[in-house]
Amino acid sequence: MTTILESKTTLDSKIPSGSLEKKWEKHRGESKLVAPNNRPKFDLIVVGSGLAGASAAATLGELGYNVKCFCFQDSPRRAHSIAAQGGINAAKNYQNDGDSIFRLFYDTIKGGDFRSREANVYRLAEISLHIIDQCVAQGVPFAREYGGLLANRSFGGVQVSRTFYARGQTGQQLLLGAYQALEHAISTGSVQMFPRTEMLDLVLVDGHAKGIVVRNLVTGEIGVHAADAVILATGGYGNVFYLSTNAKGCNVTATWRAYKKGALFANPCFTQIHPTCIPVSGPYQAKLTLMSESLRNDGRVWVPKKKGDPRSPDQIAEEDRDYYLERKYPSFGNLVPRDIASRNAKEVCDEGRGVGPSGYGVYLDFADAIRKFGESTIRERYGNLFEMYENITNENAYKTPMRIYPAVHYTMGGLWVDYNLMSNIPGLHVLGEANFSDHGANRLGASALMQGLSDGYFVVPSTIANYLATQLGKKISVERPEFKSAENEVRNRVTRLLSIKGKKTVTDFHRALGLLLWDKCGMARDALGLETALQKIPEMREEFWQNVNVLGDGAELNQALEHAGRIADFLEFAELMCLDSLERRESCGGHFRVEHQTKEGEALRDDANFCHVAAWEYNPAGSPNLIKEPLNFEYVKLSQRSYK
Amino acid sequence: MNFKLKVWRQKNSEAAGAFKDYTATDISSDASFLEMLDIVNEGLTASGEDPIAFDSDCREGICGTCSLVINGVAHGPGKGTTCQVYMRRFADGDTIWIEPFRATAFPAVKDLIVDRSAFDEIIEAGGFIVARTGSAPEANSLPVPKHIADLAMEAAACLGCGACVAACPNSSAMLFVAAKVSHLGFLPQGQAERDSRALHMVRKMDELGFGNCRNHYECEAICPAEVSATFISRLNRDYAAASAKEALAI
Repeated sequence: MTTILESKTTLDSKIPSGSLEKKWEKHRGESKLVAPNNRPKFDLIVVGSGLAGASAAATLGELGYNVKCFCFQDSPRRAHSIAAQGGINAAKNYQNDGDSIFRLFYDTIKGGDFRSREANVYRLAEISLHIIDQCVAQGVPFAREYGGLLANRSFGGVQVSRTFYARGQTGQQLLLGAYQALEHAISTGSVQMFPRTEMLDLVLVDGHAKGIVVRNLVTGEIGVHAADAVILATGGYGNVFYLSTNAKGCNVTATWRAYKKGALFANPCFTQIHPTCIPVSGPYQAKLTLMSESLRNDGRVWVPKKKGDPRSPDQIAEEDRDYYLERKYPSFGNLVPRDIASRNAKEVCDEGRGVGPSGYGVYLDFADAIRKFGESTIRERYGNLFEMYENITNENAYKTPMRIYPAVHYTMGGLWVDYNLMSNIPGLHVLGEANFSDHGANRLGASALMQGLSDGYFVVPSTIANYLATQLGKKISVERPEFKSAENEVRNRVTRLLSIKGKKTVTDFHRALGLLLWDKCGMARDALGLETALQKIPEMREEFWQNVNVLGDGAELNQALEHAGRIADFLEFAELMCLDSLERRESCGGHFRVEHQTKEGEALRDDANFCHVAAWEYNPAGSPNLIKEPLNFEYVKLSQRSYK
Repeated sequence: MNFKLKVWRQKNSEAAGAFKDYTATDISSDASFLEMLDIVNEGLTASGEDPIAFDSDCREGICGTCSLVINGVAHGPGKGTTCQVYMRRFADGDTIWIEPFRATAFPAVKDLIVDRSAFDEIIEAGGFIVARTGSAPEANSLPVPKHIADLAMEAAACLGCGACVAACPNSSAMLFVAAKVSHLGFLPQGQAERDSRALHMVRKMDELGFGNCRNHYECEAICPAEVSATFISRLNRDYAAASAKEALAI
């Protein structure tokens, strides 16, 4: 068993004093400013062009900073934010159903199972109002009512309708809004874009983040860029599980490289398993497809009451069906939060009541909704999702219930940041899914888009000045030896990957790692399983560096090489995820430790011992050090989450 | 299922390309087209041959990255993008031709990958509404009739994948440009820049080497987001009006 050194270091989260409602306003009032004539003197690097990265790069460019924005995709418009379907939350209370900033704040804290910072979440709820205004002004075509006003729908874990949406393509439309703002900034010369360019290391100068090492994915050229500050908006690490709803290219490399340079990684075990995905069909499968959570507004989740019931769903009478979410959680029913819906699906399948060829699936049935509203209304609400489902499964969900099963979808953990979204490395800022800050142990639906845009449009453009104001006149050149040595490290690593010429493909390793993690660190975790994983991961890593086969050379477009670098990092990161999971001896949100559950099988938190952020510090000599940031709740009373 | 593949291989933008024969064996009919290529690539790697380079990312039909011409059709059989093609669409033993999206304005990169950054340049020329962060009015202060919002959404659904260009005999980007000009032009927020947007985007498109629209309607037939070619008429009207105003200096 690994011994964890608990560091005595304390983390300063820089949360402003004063009442919750006034913190952000007070902080902005007290923050340093960079004058307009000084802004062009600062070079900023933004890595990632999703909602957080594109909105930050566009806004910082607009403010007058010199911005360089990097993405591995062929265009910034293709970042994975584009795949978000359901919507974006905002406490506008347009439906007059009792919503407020405080209620959005409270729902998010509760949904996250009381493992996020009050001050950050309250700020997010406040900013949500401005996000909608901003996006509408950019021309995001949100759904509207006949009178021309904005429409809303409800989402899991809440009892108000506060979700704004653009058909089932909300992420696409919000990202295109941010992308267009970014392209406008590029046209004015304030942002320079580097597509098909991957960040492979962070450069520190005197302990400050002052640059990055990148590889041009077309030519293979490795180079460096210097800046006054570095912003990472590189998304989450869900692909560590191999099968997930993430895009194929999503990876942990940027944040992991930063971790190995000293940035703290917080709560890596907090991963979200989304309840409504299309079940796995075979071993060749490369990724899983999400069906938006909004479907749970009209779909009813059920399995047969009897184990191994072989009948087709239309042959199973009402009294032989178990609408288990409605039965167990009468007040939230099918709209319980994601972690609860997922865990319950796993439970009924483990009991042998799962449906479909693999037995790992539950029904999401629209028959009642179609009877009530008509097929055309359901088609209008979810048409594209039903088409996508039919295309993949060859089944018509208007006639027969969908089959769904949980899949890895989002990661709440990420690099530790303070209230300014700066990590413990001065100058290194982290936004969106890449940071750990706002969702605690479970993210509510339609909150990821909100956080990405809040961080990018509104938070970092204001808070980064607190750092930059201390850096005026301290320009760093790429001639500094730190750049050369970081670049050499990257070159050596690429050469090493290409020289192994073993017997297994990169995908072989990725798939094996994914299966292990899904089994031991997925929807249910226990000490024994995690210890097994912690033993196996280093063995896999060892084998990878002995036996992986990466063909071709480094000076060309080489997709296997790109993949190999990312999997090498996942093979290291996976160990930290399992270690964090083992150390958190409680259940909370998406982190379900089998040893810690209530009599009813719900997550049992241990607030006396685990009401903290677990921030891990890289230790080149051995096991990482654990630094705890206590979470203080002044406005919300910690309680057992109940959705019954 | 088993398939014979004829795949376009090209080492880089400078090298000449050619079709090369491969076989895909023991493929499930539930596998996607790209999963079939993944399996072929695993086999190639094991035998020491460079895997086939192709673009894909979300594999959910929304990011617009995947871009194959399958049996002469951009994105292959059925609606949607390449990643949404499933092998059950083919018959066992079929020969399948796989090529990149070809157009002068989309230079080859490697194998099945092309460079579509010309689309980004067109958006950069005017495909936006300038709304400085923080300066936006209250969202509901500007009602948009539902049918107008719905039309804007239909145009905004464009994935920017470039299939319209690949399918057009003239390699025209008119549907792509029309989609953005219409999306923003339908909305009240987009009126201030409506004329300059149409002029700048069309001129940039011409400059980048895309061809002219000759009403073949191949773009509409192929579009995975089902963007209608009627938006092209709308673009033509907007462009004509903007040109006239420009000529008259009003």
